[in-house]
Amino acid sequence: MTQQFYVSPEQLMKDRADFARKGIARGRSVVVISCADGIALVAENPSPSLHKIGEIYDKIAFAAVGKYNEFESLRQAGVRYADVRGYSYDREDVTARGLASVYAQSLGAVFTAEQKPFEVELAVAEVGHTQAGDHLYRLTFDGSIADENGFVVMGGLAEQVAETVAGGWKADLNLAGALRLAVKALATDKEVDALPGTAVEAAVLDRSPESGRGSRRAFRRLRAEEITQLLAGEA
Amino acid sequence: MQDPATGHLATQATSSFIEHLQRSRPELLPFSQTLPAGQIPPVPHATTIVALSYPGGVLMAGDRRATMGNVIASRHIEKVFPADEYSVLGIAGTAGLAIDITRLFQVELEHYEKIEGTLLSLDGKANRLGAMIRGNLPMAMQGLAVIPLFAGFDQAAGVGRLFSYDVTGGRYEELEHHSVGSGSVFARGALKKLWRPNLTEGDAVAVAVEALYDAADDDSATGGPDPVRQLWPVVYTVNRAGARRVPERELAAIAGSIVESRAVAGREA
Repeated sequence: MTQQFYVSPEQLMKDRADFARKGIARGRSVVVISCADGIALVAENPSPSLHKIGEIYDKIAFAAVGKYNEFESLRQAGVRYADVRGYSYDREDVTARGLASVYAQSLGAVFTAEQKPFEVELAVAEVGHTQAGDHLYRLTFDGSIADENGFVVMGGLAEQVAETVAGGWKADLNLAGALRLAVKALATDKEVDALPGTAVEAAVLDRSPESGRGSRRAFRRLRAEEITQLLAGEA
Repeated sequence: MQDPATGHLATQATSSFIEHLQRSRPELLPFSQTLPAGQIPPVPHATTIVALSYPGGVLMAGDRRATMGNVIASRHIEKVFPADEYSVLGIAGTAGLAIDITRLFQVELEHYEKIEGTLLSLDGKANRLGAMIRGNLPMAMQGLAVIPLFAGFDQAAGVGRLFSYDVTGGRYEELEHHSVGSGSVFARGALKKLWRPNLTEGDAVAVAVEALYDAADDDSATGGPDPVRQLWPVVYTVNRAGARRVPERELAAIAGSIVESRAVAGREA
């Protein structure tokens, strides 16, 4: 009969955390920046169809790094949660805080109970009428949740990228400015100065979609031409 | 939220919000209820909807009245709704169920779009609506029928298209124009005379408002334009640029000129 070796809980959790961190560190980074026009979500992602950034609800968006299958299932679960909640109560009653805490519980449960933890890190963003009303939550593989101010950076070289973003972030950046800052930050570890528009996936949560586009849905994916155009424009 | 830890998330994955509700929250669906035997007390009924096509798009209009037997239940009810960016639906029948079915259909389309990252085709949307109406058949047999009219812009074909339904969920594509609800016979007659090919969008809106005026003239359950309360029909147009609600003041002008021209003619009909 094989005998299980004793492993202390501390060691077990440390091993799991190291495993998840290694998985996430292999991935490319994602930057979420709150700016005057709304919230910009920018990821280094050469694929035009496998998204790292997605719409959850009217004013809520999702960004992730790590294993695609894992964060995609979390994204879909988030859309289901938000739609059920909005349908059974009202559209206003769907908040990023509620979604983030459900994500935190799911991630926490997987981290302690499953064979392996999820190798993902998530950001949940909600745009407000004013910049003070913006909410940015960052969720890590073990279910910890952090309420971030101004911007969130996740992924492989998050610390280096975050340094660049922190250096250039101002509350009154416009969308083009935020996009340029994010793209510059994502190129921190590369030889090139900035990434080309085609290697970047970007979306924005518009601050006032009702007046701009006549839609209550704030999420708008930016096409490659739009990104290139915004990056090229003058600040 | 489904627990991602269960592992069979993939087998449970569905792009349909209704399927998801059927599995996890069936009590939230407006249909899927078994009613006990007995008489249903009077409930508000939504009445006339007209829809017509014009080159480059399609439009839908509904009056503002809901009735409960001989009583006017509401003068302000809206019965035409945008389903998504490129389609609209109008509802006639039991108002309470119809409004919930509309809300469910809106979420269904948006849910698919968010999960799949692409819009459902117009035929796909029309079929989905048919399935929902079929789901309501047990309620219809108790006297709580809901009959929708669906119109949208088919981006693949580049034309506006129109679909009508029967109570069993049967879906029929209509050409030129169609109407549903208690005043539909009269609206239909008016549309036959007023509709012509090559209507401009503005003319098409006027034709729809006039058809509703004729329906209100002969059907007591259909409300006409109400200058006292400043109530006009709800009109949505759908074209390549998407669905748009026609502003109140345009409708006020159109309704005003219809009433004026009829008064000038001074005839019985």
